[in-house]
Amino acid sequence: MAAEFHIHDIVVIGSGLAGLRAALEAKRHGTVAVLAKLYPTRCHSTAAQGGIAAALGNEEPDSPEWHFYDTVKGSDFLGDQDAIEVMCEDAIRTVIELEHMGVPFSRTPEGKIAQRRFGGHTRDFGAAPVRRACYSADRTGHAIVFALYEQCQLAGVEFFSEFHVLDIVVRDGKAAGVIALELATGKLHAFQARAVVVASGGYGRLFKTTSNAITNTGDCLSILFQRGLPLEDMEFFQFHPTGIYGLGILITEGARGEGGVLRNRQGERFMERYAPTIKDLAPRDMVSRAILQEIREGRGIDGRDFVYLDLTHVPEGVIEERLPEIRQFCRVYLGIDPSDSPIPVVPTAHYGMGGIPTDIDGRVLSDERGNVVRGLYAAGECACVSVHGANRLGCNSLLDTVVFGRRAGIAIGRELKYLEPSTIQDEEVKKVESDIERVLSRKGKVRTAHLRRALQECMMQRCSVFRSESSLKEALKEIGDLREMYQEVGIQDKGRVFNTELTEVIELGHLITLAEIVAGSALQRTESRGAHYREDHPERDDRNFLKHTFAFSTDRGILFRFKDVTITRFQPEERRY
Amino acid sequence: MRPYRLKILRFDPSKDSNPHWQVYQIRMGEYERLLDGLIRIKGEIDGTLTFRRSCAHGICGSCAMKINGKNSLACQTLAKDLPEETVVEPLQGYPVIRDLVVDMGEFFRKNDEVMPYLINPEPPPDRERLQSPEEQQRILQSITCIMCGSCTGACPSYWLDRQYLGPSALLKAYRFIFDSRDRATKERLRKILHEHGLWRCHTIYNCVEVCPKEIDITYHIKALKRLALREALRIRQG
Repeated sequence: MAAEFHIHDIVVIGSGLAGLRAALEAKRHGTVAVLAKLYPTRCHSTAAQGGIAAALGNEEPDSPEWHFYDTVKGSDFLGDQDAIEVMCEDAIRTVIELEHMGVPFSRTPEGKIAQRRFGGHTRDFGAAPVRRACYSADRTGHAIVFALYEQCQLAGVEFFSEFHVLDIVVRDGKAAGVIALELATGKLHAFQARAVVVASGGYGRLFKTTSNAITNTGDCLSILFQRGLPLEDMEFFQFHPTGIYGLGILITEGARGEGGVLRNRQGERFMERYAPTIKDLAPRDMVSRAILQEIREGRGIDGRDFVYLDLTHVPEGVIEERLPEIRQFCRVYLGIDPSDSPIPVVPTAHYGMGGIPTDIDGRVLSDERGNVVRGLYAAGECACVSVHGANRLGCNSLLDTVVFGRRAGIAIGRELKYLEPSTIQDEEVKKVESDIERVLSRKGKVRTAHLRRALQECMMQRCSVFRSESSLKEALKEIGDLREMYQEVGIQDKGRVFNTELTEVIELGHLITLAEIVAGSALQRTESRGAHYREDHPERDDRNFLKHTFAFSTDRGILFRFKDVTITRFQPEERRY
Repeated sequence: MRPYRLKILRFDPSKDSNPHWQVYQIRMGEYERLLDGLIRIKGEIDGTLTFRRSCAHGICGSCAMKINGKNSLACQTLAKDLPEETVVEPLQGYPVIRDLVVDMGEFFRKNDEVMPYLINPEPPPDRERLQSPEEQQRILQSITCIMCGSCTGACPSYWLDRQYLGPSALLKAYRFIFDSRDRATKERLRKILHEHGLWRCHTIYNCVEVCPKEIDITYHIKALKRLALREALRIRQG
């Protein structure tokens, strides 16, 4: 089947919040194509529930400086403070701009944007919780996605729905374009561009229990890594404390922001012991560890492997008005009403802090020394600026996507005149075509589903909230075995029209690549910081590890290099809440 | 775990001239989703079974399909609520691409017709535009739409007139017309007042019955009709 060639000034991969915001900004400077694995509004940003952080001070006094401090402390001092300051300083303007675009935020009685409490958001540098999360009930991501998608359409951004990216062409230090599979026809398309923005989202499907969509498989991170570009801080993967037991579906931190508390089998509000000042609103890494600690010590509900999130004392009107989606989840998936019964919860793999390294303008770095790849930009969860460091605060992800998506678009506007149009060669497309043919002709006996489950169980057991040298070494060995078995994966579907068995095989290959990077990065970091907790090295080690990990692909395996954390304002201190 | 016979309507355009039924026998736990069952079939039994899925908890809208005669989300349908013999077909009302995957291009295009974006030519204030909680409440249901397409595909008026905007696009028009910040009511009314528009709704309520987000879509369309009548009267009275 002959491939189709396209020419655009800017190609954006991903139609989540970062991609949409980047596309909207970039459209002011040239033609923009957005490639999405799904229909654009089906992106996983829609699943973001609780809010977007900005120190509007609508409900009580707040300041960008406190937001800055909280984010640095939440990151366990691994976030780059120049980038964090940029984000927090831009937060108020960002949220107001979204409101002007039409985002239907929930409101205060005076008609301002309503705000609520969230994990790690404090006033006066940690003194007490503060209302900083701007929300649209518990569907904030959904509300913003639609507003940005609508603005993009109005602006004339071109969308290519259900185009599965198979390759990002980087030639002579410059991004040339993207090769993608059109699912509906099975045809390859080559998108030639002057600039490429990668905004392809997360990779939570590495783990068995996750809040992430089935399509969150980190394809583009793996593609760039295999093209020789580094991935930064991949050992830091956030487990959200409250996933529905057995399913992993997210229950927003906003549930605790509205007064919900965690309880163990004795009915004890155990977070009082772990974080005496802000209790259930401690950052996610601490709450997730606390829950698993309770379970380990036999205080899970009925001695089992979950605890309760208790909302029964929260007024029913508050749940109805501000947490309607959560109520629906509980009704549909558990057959309970959170006003009457506590919700069984367990930590769920939620967000990768690490990713494609970028500077504060979204430009992708080719090494730890600050060199950039011309014409290549990244934003959102797939990127690592790094504003989240070792642990992201709730509501900072939506903020990150919109702030840095826009900044990437602005940078493109500045740089586009220096970025020559690139071409994609026939051979480059033919190579991708022959890769597909090779997968389609596989006759092995191993099933994709079995291998994927084995990988996800391995990562869950050995490389999730608690890690150690031995667990990580075992994980790496298992991943190596799984990689060999991957060669034996067979495929039944030999057709080209909407072949999702084919895309699942390809996605699994990327997940295996990423699993090795995550486990490898975790093995070399012999300290505990944020979401990365080493039982054999339980202390934070600022002397040796106040730095970012850069993982590179080499012929001899993964090579690690390091980059110092940027500290401008807040010196590392003991992290207590 | 209980046994189920899933009877699935299949069609592969590269092989089949007509759709055909295929039965799969699987076991599902009572709190498993039908989507889990479909994923298990694809993973364990038949890799060629094709369907859309992503979030698996009712927010992305990918896995809408016709389940036992009713447009529904496979990720919000639990095994405990299914009969032992369950029939799964592509989402009613749309051209089939393959198996349970339908072409939604036309559905999304209709949505674009109603000017689905906030229009307000007044220069924005430095801070947010004010909107009372009551005003926000008025659009609260309409903004929860995930555009899964269940409603429009289930609408008899749409079955008879494929150019009809359909409940989903009308709900989108409501979402902006009744947003206190929007200033384009007349222009938008014009976009929905044509022979394939607002008055094609005959208040049948199929849309309400199938909406997985429990939106009372017909209520919203009725509000648009009342508004259209008021505007028409106002124009006639000069």
